[in-house]
Amino acid sequence: MAEIKAIVLRAAGINCDMETEYALELAGAEARRVHINRIIEDKTMLNDFQIIVFPGGFSYGDDVAAGKILANQVVHHLSEAVEKFIDDGKLVLGICNGFQVLVKTGILPGDGKELATEGTENTEKERVSKTDNQFLTITYNDSGKFEDRWVYLAPQSERCVFVEPGRRIYLPIAHAEGKVVTKDEATLTELKSEGRVAFKYVDKDGEEGGYPVNPNGSTESIAGLTDATGRVLGLMPHPERFVRATQHPRWTRRENGVDADGMTIFNNAVKYVRENL
Amino acid sequence: MSQWRFEVFNRSGFADVHGQSVLDDIGELGIELVEAVQSAKVFLIEAEFDKDFAGRVAKELLCDPVCEEYFIGRSKAPASLAKATLIEVHLKSGVTDPVAQSVMAALADMGVKADNVRTARKYLLLGEIKRSQADMIAKRVLANDCIEDCVVGDEAEPPSPHLKPYELEVVHWPITDLDDEGLEALSKDKDLFLNLIEMQTIQKHYRDFGREPTDVELETLAQTWSEHCVHKTLKSSVDMELWHGLPAREDTAKMAVPQQVRFDNLLKDTVFRATKELDKDWCISVFADNAGVIEFDEDSAVCFKVETHNHPSALDPYGGSATGIGGVIRDPMGTGMGARPIANTDIFCFGEPDKKLDEIPKGVLHPRRIMKGVVAGVRDYGNRMGIPTVNGAIYFDDRYMANPLVYCGNIGIMDKDKCFKNPQAGNLIVMVGGRIGRDGIHGATFSSGEMTHEHETIFSHAVQIGNPITEKKMLDVLVQANEAGLYEAITDCGAGGLSSAVGEMGQELGAEVDLEKAPLKYGGLNYTEIWISEAQERMVIAVKRENLAAIQKIFDDENVESTVVGRFTADKKLILRYNGQQVGELDMEFLHNGVPKYSRKAVWETPELTEPSIPEKDDYNGELLEILSSYNVASKEWVIRQYDHEVQGGSVVKPLTGVCNDGPSDGAVIQPKLDSSRGLAISCGMNPVYGDIDPYWMALAGIEEAIRNIVCVGGRVDRIAILDNYCWGDCTRPETLGPLVRASQACYDGAMAFGTPFISGKDSLNNVFACEDGKRISIPSTLLISAISIVDDIGKCVTMDAKKASNVLFIVGLTEDELGGSHYYKIKGELGANVPKLDLATAPKIASKIAEAIAAGLVASCHDCSEGGLAVALAEMAFAGGLGIEADLRGLPKSKDCRRSDAQLFSESNSRYIVEVEPDNYNAFAKLMLNLPFGQIGKVTEEKTLIIKSEDGKKIIESDIESLKNAWQRTFDW
Repeated sequence: MAEIKAIVLRAAGINCDMETEYALELAGAEARRVHINRIIEDKTMLNDFQIIVFPGGFSYGDDVAAGKILANQVVHHLSEAVEKFIDDGKLVLGICNGFQVLVKTGILPGDGKELATEGTENTEKERVSKTDNQFLTITYNDSGKFEDRWVYLAPQSERCVFVEPGRRIYLPIAHAEGKVVTKDEATLTELKSEGRVAFKYVDKDGEEGGYPVNPNGSTESIAGLTDATGRVLGLMPHPERFVRATQHPRWTRRENGVDADGMTIFNNAVKYVRENL
Repeated sequence: MSQWRFEVFNRSGFADVHGQSVLDDIGELGIELVEAVQSAKVFLIEAEFDKDFAGRVAKELLCDPVCEEYFIGRSKAPASLAKATLIEVHLKSGVTDPVAQSVMAALADMGVKADNVRTARKYLLLGEIKRSQADMIAKRVLANDCIEDCVVGDEAEPPSPHLKPYELEVVHWPITDLDDEGLEALSKDKDLFLNLIEMQTIQKHYRDFGREPTDVELETLAQTWSEHCVHKTLKSSVDMELWHGLPAREDTAKMAVPQQVRFDNLLKDTVFRATKELDKDWCISVFADNAGVIEFDEDSAVCFKVETHNHPSALDPYGGSATGIGGVIRDPMGTGMGARPIANTDIFCFGEPDKKLDEIPKGVLHPRRIMKGVVAGVRDYGNRMGIPTVNGAIYFDDRYMANPLVYCGNIGIMDKDKCFKNPQAGNLIVMVGGRIGRDGIHGATFSSGEMTHEHETIFSHAVQIGNPITEKKMLDVLVQANEAGLYEAITDCGAGGLSSAVGEMGQELGAEVDLEKAPLKYGGLNYTEIWISEAQERMVIAVKRENLAAIQKIFDDENVESTVVGRFTADKKLILRYNGQQVGELDMEFLHNGVPKYSRKAVWETPELTEPSIPEKDDYNGELLEILSSYNVASKEWVIRQYDHEVQGGSVVKPLTGVCNDGPSDGAVIQPKLDSSRGLAISCGMNPVYGDIDPYWMALAGIEEAIRNIVCVGGRVDRIAILDNYCWGDCTRPETLGPLVRASQACYDGAMAFGTPFISGKDSLNNVFACEDGKRISIPSTLLISAISIVDDIGKCVTMDAKKASNVLFIVGLTEDELGGSHYYKIKGELGANVPKLDLATAPKIASKIAEAIAAGLVASCHDCSEGGLAVALAEMAFAGGLGIEADLRGLPKSKDCRRSDAQLFSESNSRYIVEVEPDNYNAFAKLMLNLPFGQIGKVTEEKTLIIKSEDGKKIIESDIESLKNAWQRTFDW
């Protein structure tokens, strides 16, 4: 069996790369943090990896909008490479700022067709024009401010390889721009019918609710999205911040079942690669 | 070259959260005529592209396709809106604009090189407001005069960003022939903040030298000799006159003759002395580098530094606090060969936020605006740096209204074999990170002086604007360069910019600097400005010539600018050149050791205070609720949640804890190495009101509180290191210096009693505000103690929330009649006299035994009993745990004079811990506490009620925990 290799993308202002690398290694992958400049210099390096993670942080200070400048960089320099990565059946995970980047590049929610290179002469332009068709975005929390708090997540997708169906998980969020909004009702209906919603914010009993159960006012409590392949996941909460029992906010209460829920996402990714690639 | 203007608005149907928050702030100003606020982002781009491409820039880069829409050009207020006012806020030219830099980079990704990008904010206010009200809104809510210009209406263009290029002209400031008056005038005219003795010393030096100083030489001396940089006051010799206030528990009978105490060097004789005498082998570097360094484990060391950024935060709360945290992060980064930052702390002092506008002195921002701005600044910088902000406190007192205190701390981790620098002659001086601008000129001298109502206009240039991403990028590459061993020394460009960084690093060597080589944000800076600018996000490293190419590749690879600006020499001279022409030459010896030594007078007279007479009652529920709601005690969740306290994945004990994740933790614990179960406990202690009674006891209370908070979460008691941060008034006044001396004496006594060395410290003096009418407002004497310790096994940490019904509650430590300076007296409008007096013999024993009990796994929860006393501590434990508590004051160990119920409930006697113990561990715990003052105070109950019975069996407190929690949370439910 080949080694499972994960690449954790670094860029100016990305700041969750070390703990993300650690989580991947706990899950059994060999993880490497690589600056985006190195990938742009040598796009073929992605061939060596089966998982790419866009970690959390404030890429380029979240200037203009969260994840926007990095998304612009990916669109103009790496769109083909990332599309190929997905077409090759590999996995893409975007956490927090990484999720924002995936949405702002159009990789999420994606529609399968968009992601395929169509051999046009000017692929970059082609990619770019797709922002015209971006029907979904992530914007400011209703509260108007950054918040760090723990949330329960209910899986919605049967198909997303990162997600363990039926298992409610508990993770922290830490963001100011995490509200998923769609341009219109039709987009929302489509997202749901096509199973693109990966996670919803719920309370500890699994029910949707208002603030702070839904910490940012996200449409229909959407916390994470997947694409048509189920091999791309973006989510606002931070699975890499709950890989050990002592990270749970109430671990000192010694309640039953303090499992490191964040590991499920990394474990599932590694398991998928092991079994399928 | 064409200039394009883009405006980006929220699409209707999508909430304009910025507009809404501005509207809320306008409401808080008392202007109710504004019905709605729409905000827009404005981008001004100078670049060669056509209209089609402009459309792409708008669509693909600047505007969110879902929730925003754009307009290219200048949009007018809709004609249908007769009652609309347009206000645009632009950064003053020269002020750093991080968004503009990112847009430039993004345009480059799109294939266009822009010549200039600027950003602005535009507000459309709907409602019938007068021009004067618009101006007030602009000034009070939308913009800050120091860094921003407001343009009201829709016609005016923002000022041009272009500055004239600089042509070299060497300027001399003749000094040798001046008389005393002339010397003082020169110091004042040039904002040097040098006093007459210092000016005379400099004059003599130049007379001996036989020439006149250049401007840059005097500026360098002023920076290096500033209070901010050399701490003249704390290092001066002090003659202290003590009037019946002795640093021990003695009777206070009026003395006929004062006691005289002399210190040759105040700091050396108190704070340093304790560290020296304790001589702990785990202290690696103390009071020597940018931060104090202690051992963490076999391979690693950690360093800790706390700084203040008070004056800048008073003028520009957001920028001031952001650069405060940004600056202190660079201290560990510049300690030894550079540490990686792993945690931030922040402690603020503000005026009470409910002040009416007419209660605010002229030239002072409203405390609520200061608080919001300061929190936002720390939040945005700390979060963007990816450093968890894990511990802090906020203290309110109206004497902080004009001089808010903003303490920012940072902890870093480093290899144990890289704790010292080794710059050598011949090393290249390399500046890394951001570019130099006019921002932050005279910051060191400015922060050493007194503030006045005119400061806002005069010292706007001392305000600095941070760009955390520049600092984060710099950190990322410096960590790699350090691992590769490619530099010999590193330090930060702190107050004084290059002048302090190069001056300090080259102190034992000598240095030559070619100032024209330093990269600038924009043209027009003269050599002095380049040398002393405090433009942020820069470090200086010493690099061997043969390593230059390799280290610059690391920097270039991640788009971090680095420039060789000079080299270190061996002649102990500092030579400054511009385009090859010498513009300054200073003796390192004179620069660093020439500052005259001061002798100062201090006096302390114990104030004649009395205890108030407050009738005793049978019901203290009202008082408890009022204290829980009071600003100092109330929940700071609104602040804490805005900080990312979990990034880096090392969170163990979070600032908020308990069954609903919202109880107040005593201290924080982090796990700096993800693969090791060793942790760091971090805490702080501070109580300025005690200083109004006696700063000696205030300082001891602060030290003990910080230690207690470490112990409460499971930190080792024998590995605690502490930091001192003095914020004081005008210490040239003997009656202001007296309290500082007393606090310093307490620092020595406290450190020795606990075996707890000081490893770093800093002072900020002259926190005085001169009002327009000449009245001077001084802050209360404020000493912050920060503490750090090792946790052997994070799995044994405990938190303060009550865990389980039927568990037993003990209190360890004696309760005395010590309501002086308490929150109970505060809500009654009293100060009192009986300030809590630390028992130096017993307190360390208690701390050790509690730590032992926690390490032995005997403790279910542990909470320090401090602000608000026993009643508040029990209430917090109960509601944090979602359980009830039944307590009985008969079980309380108390002194003979502590008979009254209110004293028993609310006294703030030091070194008291409330400990929850499982019934099975009862005997083991009690056995450990033998010979200490301790008692069983009650038990945890299933009924969600806090009941406290008085000694005669009356339920003097009976309240459901929801009401208590609600009282505690509603104050800052912003």
